[in-house]
Parts: sequence; structure tokens; C-alpha cells
Amino acid sequence: MIDIKQLTKVYGTQKAVDNISFKVEKGEILGFLGPNGAGKTTTMKIITCFMPPTSGEVTVGGFPVLENSIDIRRMIGYLPELNPLYGDMNLVDFLKYVADLRGIEKSKQNNRIQNMIDICGLGDVLHKNINELSKGYRQRVGLAQAMVHDPDILILDEPTIGLDPNQVVDIRNLIKRLGREKTVILSTHILSEVQATCDRAIIINKGLIVADSSLAELQRDLEGKASINVEIKTSDNSIADHLTSIEGVEEVRELYLDDSINRNFNIVSTAGSDPRELIFNKAVENGWIIIGMAREIRSLEDVFHQLTKE
Amino acid sequence: MQNILTIFKHELRSYFDSPIAYVVIIVFLLFTGWFFTTNFFLVGQADMRVVFQIIPLAFLFFTPAITMRLISEERKTGTMELLVTMPISDSSIIIGKYLASVVLLTAMVIPTLVYAITIASLGDMDFGSTIGGYLGLVLMGSAFLAIGTLGSSLTENQVIAFIISWLIMFAFYMMDKILYYLPTSLVSFVEYMAIEYHFNNISRGVIDSRDLLYYLSMIALSLFLAARMMAARRLR
Repeated sequence: MIDIKQLTKVYGTQKAVDNISFKVEKGEILGFLGPNGAGKTTTMKIITCFMPPTSGEVTVGGFPVLENSIDIRRMIGYLPELNPLYGDMNLVDFLKYVADLRGIEKSKQNNRIQNMIDICGLGDVLHKNINELSKGYRQRVGLAQAMVHDPDILILDEPTIGLDPNQVVDIRNLIKRLGREKTVILSTHILSEVQATCDRAIIINKGLIVADSSLAELQRDLEGKASINVEIKTSDNSIADHLTSIEGVEEVRELYLDDSINRNFNIVSTAGSDPRELIFNKAVENGWIIIGMAREIRSLEDVFHQLTKE
Repeated sequence: MQNILTIFKHELRSYFDSPIAYVVIIVFLLFTGWFFTTNFFLVGQADMRVVFQIIPLAFLFFTPAITMRLISEERKTGTMELLVTMPISDSSIIIGKYLASVVLLTAMVIPTLVYAITIASLGDMDFGSTIGGYLGLVLMGSAFLAIGTLGSSLTENQVIAFIISWLIMFAFYMMDKILYYLPTSLVSFVEYMAIEYHFNNISRGVIDSRDLLYYLSMIALSLFLAARMMAARRLR
């Protein structure tokens, strides 16, 4: 549905997006993750035909963005990052205006707009001006605007920002439901949002894709994997080799060496195993003294942090 | 076509839903009304000459005020991003917005017909030149508005949009007033480029295709450039 090949976008001298390629299939919900300024919004603006790419090829539904932008814009529903709205219009007039611009037939407009009002929970603020709405309500109006023409592709730049927790759950469920037959790309900082809604995640940092995998894969990689920090008092030099030989240990990393004979290790265990007991036994066997041992489940946050740090 | 109409209706409504339209119209009428009445009974002529002399000058200040927000405001508030990701062309956006400003200008000029009616009831008015004058006013005003639309497409700051538009308009306004200082070879060209020169022709009651062509090409060129500017600024 969306095919991006070697996309690069340069602002002045700064590369916002650097030679990225990925595809999104119909019926897929793609989570776009990355720190601020990573290039998420830029990529979305190019897909929605707001900006042309500096180089590279972007096709949406088979149409190239540079040649058939009107056809593409017709297919896409877009919630921009800053969610700009006409503040001096009332909500219903605004949705009608968007429906007109989208070319929805007059006879179907009321039905579609009513539908959006129900889905986005806008019933209470129907006759207010958009200026008078709170951030959360404005965000809902932005979503309603993006979906009013029932688009095949939804591009949502931080869709749940400013919503209350109940609304967040509702919107996530809505996106999941829509994602069965539509193509959705959503960007977010919130990692649990990706876990809750997306089929696939792309992590982008400084304009480069640093990870692209299905969420099931990502989760499988993470599931049950734990990192164990141990501090052991010993003068035994082969301690690292001993630790590596323990069943269920995948990786052993010495954290730092200080003057004392206390040694600190970070041990990553294989999925589904908990080698703490074996480590303890090993220590007893070799006469080491365990000063401390703590186990942490690795989360998406860790992966994100690892991939996007300097 | 449908898209132009949608943009046009939205823009027209934002003019008349806000105080802009009313303030512009009232101030314009006070301004022209004052000039009309001060000398009217002294001169004792049953024509619209005074009104037709003052309105072009008034346009010079009122039209950039009407158009300055057209595009720059949407860019400033970010709604431009919403608008240009809709399935409509840049030129429909420009034309729709421009037409709304033409309607506002017409609504501003129509009440001055009261002066014409007053004159007609008091003396023997030359209907040909009055009708020609009004046609000329709308054409010249429309050309001013097109320049203003172009000015608004250049910047997201409304004050700067006003000033740039005013400068371009002023240049065209002054052209037939500085002919004395020009070399003779340039005079006829500069005179043809002057915006008020063609209005003066039309308001004599003679409708010449060259004058119509001047205004229509001025409008077309300005709007074309405005659409190009909108697209170009998006490319960054």
C-alpha cells in the first residue's frame, strides 16, 4: 500500500530523513517510534504529499507522490502533529467543511459526520467553537477530521496525545478495529501504545531506521529475557568463564572494575529461564561471596533506549 | 469547480462571521462619504467624478487589508497543512479565496450607489459614465485584490503581507502620475502599465478591450504567481 524506497529529505544542510526504505501492507498497523527530531513527522509529511522528498521514491496505493498527489490525498486521512484546526468554526461546521473538501456527497455527509461524532465521543461539545475546546477534545476533532471520508490509509501523528486514559483506550481500540481493513501508520513516543495497537514497529533515530520488525518478533525477543545484575566478592579471575558456562545464561558482561575485589556483572538470561539459583550454587561451589543480585525484565523501553542512544 | 466553491463559501463566511467585513465596509463608506459630501454642494455638478477620484486611493489602503490574511493566516495557524493535504489543487484554493475577497469588495462598493442615486435625483447624470465607472471600480479593485492575494502568499506575517501588497499596488498606482519625469520613449508603456489609467478610460463610459485585457491579465498573472508561491513554499 505504501512503498518507500531510499527516501531522503534534507532541510538546508540538515538531513531529516536519511535513505530509509520500508513497505506497509494493507491491513497493517505500523508504529513509528523514535525520539524527538528523529524524522517521523517528516516521513509522514512526505507520505501525505505535504512536502516532496529530496530524493527517493515514495508510492502510495501504486501512485508516486510527485505525480499523482491528488489521487493519493484522496486515499489518506491525516492527523498532523500540531493538529491545526479552524478555531473560529463550530465543530459541526468544521466537519462539514472537511467533508465538502473531501468531496463527500451531501446526502451522505450527515450520516458520516454523525458517525464520527459517535466514534470520537464529541456529542457533548457539538455546538461549541473549536477554540473553546480542551486539548483532548481538539485531538478528537482532529481524529474525526482524519476519518470522516472513511480513508483506506490513516496517517496519525501522535494520535493519543492529550487524551485522558479512558479515551486513549477507546482510540487505541478504534485504531485496532480500523487496522483490520485499512492501513494505519501512527507515530508515538509512548511505547506501550505500540505494544497495545501495532502489528509492526519501526524505530527511527536521526533519520535512520534502526529497527524494523513485527511486534510479535519484538515481543518474542523480549519475552522472559531478563537481565541480572550480580556483585560478587572474589579474587578468582576465571569468574566470567564460570558464569558463562551456567545453563540459561546468554551473555555475561563485566560492568566496571574498581579497586575493590567486588566484581559487577550484567548477565542476560535466555528466554524463559531464571538462572539465579544456579548462579548461587556456582558461587557456593567456588567459594565466591555474592554481595547482591537483582533481576529485571527487559522491556521495549530498554530496546528503544539501546537503539536510539548516542 | 466544486472545490473552488467550497473554499469560496468558507472564506466568505469567515469574512462575514468576524468583524473584518463590517469594519472594512463601514470605514470605507465613512471615508468616501466624507469626500462626497464636503464638496458636493459647492461644485454643483451632477456627476460622480469626486467619488471616482477618491475610491482608487481608498482601494490602495483597503484592498491589502482585505487580502492580507487570506493565505498568511492559514500558514501561521498551521491549517494550511490540513488544507493542502486535502484532494484539491493549489489553484482552487487561491481562486476560491480570491473570489471571496472580490465579493467583499463588491459589497463594500455597492452602498456608494446611494451617491449615484442622490445625484440622479438632483440633476441630469451621465448614466454611461456612471455605469462604466462602477464596472471600472470592480475591475480595478479585483486587480488590486489579486496583487494582495499574491502578497499574502509570500509570508506568514499579515503585517508584512499588507506592506508588500501595498508597495506593489502603490507602484502601479503611481505610474501614470509620474509621466512628466520619464523619457518620452517610455511614457506610453508606463502609462499602459498604470492601474488607474485604465479605470479612467472605462469610467469615461468607453469600454475598450485593451483596458479589460489589462485588468484580466493582471488578475491572472497575480493569481498564477500566488499559486506558484504557495507550492514553492511547501517544497521547503
